[in-house]
Amino acid sequence: MVKLLELLGRNADFTPAELSAMLGKSEDEVKKEIEAYKEQGIIKGKKTIIDWGKVPDAEVRAIIELKVTPKPETGFDETADIVMSYDNVESVYLAASSRYDLIALVKGNTIQEIAEFVSKRLSTLENVIGTATSFVLNTYKQDNEIFGNESDEEEQRSMIL
Amino acid sequence: MDYSRLLNNKIQELKPSGIRKFFDIANEMDHVISLSIGEPDFTTPWHVRQEGIESLRRGRTWYSPNRGFAELRSQISKYYARRFNVEYDPDKEILVSVGGSEAIDLCIRAIVQQGDEVLIPQPSFVCYEPMTVMADGTPVIIRTKAENEFRLTAAELEAAITPRTKLLILPFPNNPTGAVMRREHLEEIAKVIEKHNILVLSDEIYGELTYGKQRHVSFADIPHMKERTIVVSGFSKAYAMTGWRLGYALGPEEVITQMTKLHQYAIMSAPTTAQYAAIEALKHGDADIERMREEYDMRRRLIVDGFCKMGLTCFEPEGAFYCFPSIQISGKTSEQFCEELIYAQHVAIVPGTAFGEYGEGFARVSYSYSLNHIKEALARIERFLDETK
Repeated sequence: MVKLLELLGRNADFTPAELSAMLGKSEDEVKKEIEAYKEQGIIKGKKTIIDWGKVPDAEVRAIIELKVTPKPETGFDETADIVMSYDNVESVYLAASSRYDLIALVKGNTIQEIAEFVSKRLSTLENVIGTATSFVLNTYKQDNEIFGNESDEEEQRSMIL
Repeated sequence: MDYSRLLNNKIQELKPSGIRKFFDIANEMDHVISLSIGEPDFTTPWHVRQEGIESLRRGRTWYSPNRGFAELRSQISKYYARRFNVEYDPDKEILVSVGGSEAIDLCIRAIVQQGDEVLIPQPSFVCYEPMTVMADGTPVIIRTKAENEFRLTAAELEAAITPRTKLLILPFPNNPTGAVMRREHLEEIAKVIEKHNILVLSDEIYGELTYGKQRHVSFADIPHMKERTIVVSGFSKAYAMTGWRLGYALGPEEVITQMTKLHQYAIMSAPTTAQYAAIEALKHGDADIERMREEYDMRRRLIVDGFCKMGLTCFEPEGAFYCFPSIQISGKTSEQFCEELIYAQHVAIVPGTAFGEYGEGFARVSYSYSLNHIKEALARIERFLDETK
């Protein structure tokens, strides 16, 4: 049931008891479903959402678009495989837009380090015919969390009666 | 200067609303989690806001007709027929007001005169009693009980009626208890109403927010009741449009005509921008209602389950976005409980007594907050109970 996944996507800390109350199912059912999702590789794990922009001396992040010539049998998979094997690559998506095919989210200690990674490791790949790099200057929202001033998150509703 | 001699005695004697106090304490504290606010946490759906913006862009900034735009009244008429099975003539039986609250005031003032008794089931929203007093009426409070799931029973109603009874306020789905009246309960009430020839103000502002399989039944949908019922509702709760200040009254032409006179002199017309947005909401907003209702329902289940597990017994609320747990096992009064809770764990809820003396022993908890927010608040309340055992 997608609703269960949607709830876990909002807060990984919801307990089976809480989930069962929200969904009107038994706790055992919920536990079984979660196990099944894990076995099917649908639930991959959980992590903490971090606003890196607030961490002093934090790493730099960039979005790198790659124009790739697809291969007859494997399409874009072979290039994606190579790109995602690098530890500094956080995510890789197939986009297949008119301009670019693969999108990679990359982190590095400095802008130079990322620039070098793109020019030496990615641009030189056999099937890559172009790249475009955009550095992340500020994160407004990520994983459904809105980042910004804490004061923006304050209650704006008034008690009127 | 001694203003007390110059000001109206009745208004000086009105008590200020008791909901505010804990909110004010909360505002002075850091890291407070509040479950006290009684309005949707959702923002108005974007397509509805866009229509408001569009009307401004086109310079539609004039007064609307006194009764509200004809197009809006026509849409309200279709909406009530579609959702609640009651038909109203858009030209004669509908008045667009500044929120449901204005319509409640107009209705009471149009009906009640010196010495008339107005029956008010409590716990309920705080405005009925002061408005009755200001209209020279006499409020007669009917206590609804936890063992009846805070419904009004025919016997309770019958017992409160005197020859001077003029109007019954029917506040369901109920704020603060979350109680609803099903068709069979309304039919019992209707028998008493007909027998004694009284009018009914049915405050159906939470009518879209009922949970489970049975939808809200309008009192006007009960046979013979349409002719003696004034339905008050609005856009605030159903479409998350509180700040737009738009509501309406539906009722017999004879009553609506008198209410319209009062509205004309006191208010003139409801906000123009809000009316354009509301037309869009009625035309294309059914899916928004459903989306928000589903979200409220999950919160409701989480919070009721949480309270029951802590031993704060809580009958299952089937409407609005409040639950009304009993705090009697704590041995404290509602005021004490809420005050100690806010100081000890920084959680703000409202004592049941803010909704009338019969709310003693209970607290109103709003679940118009995110699931994460509710989860954290429940954990704190549990800690509070453990530490004060």
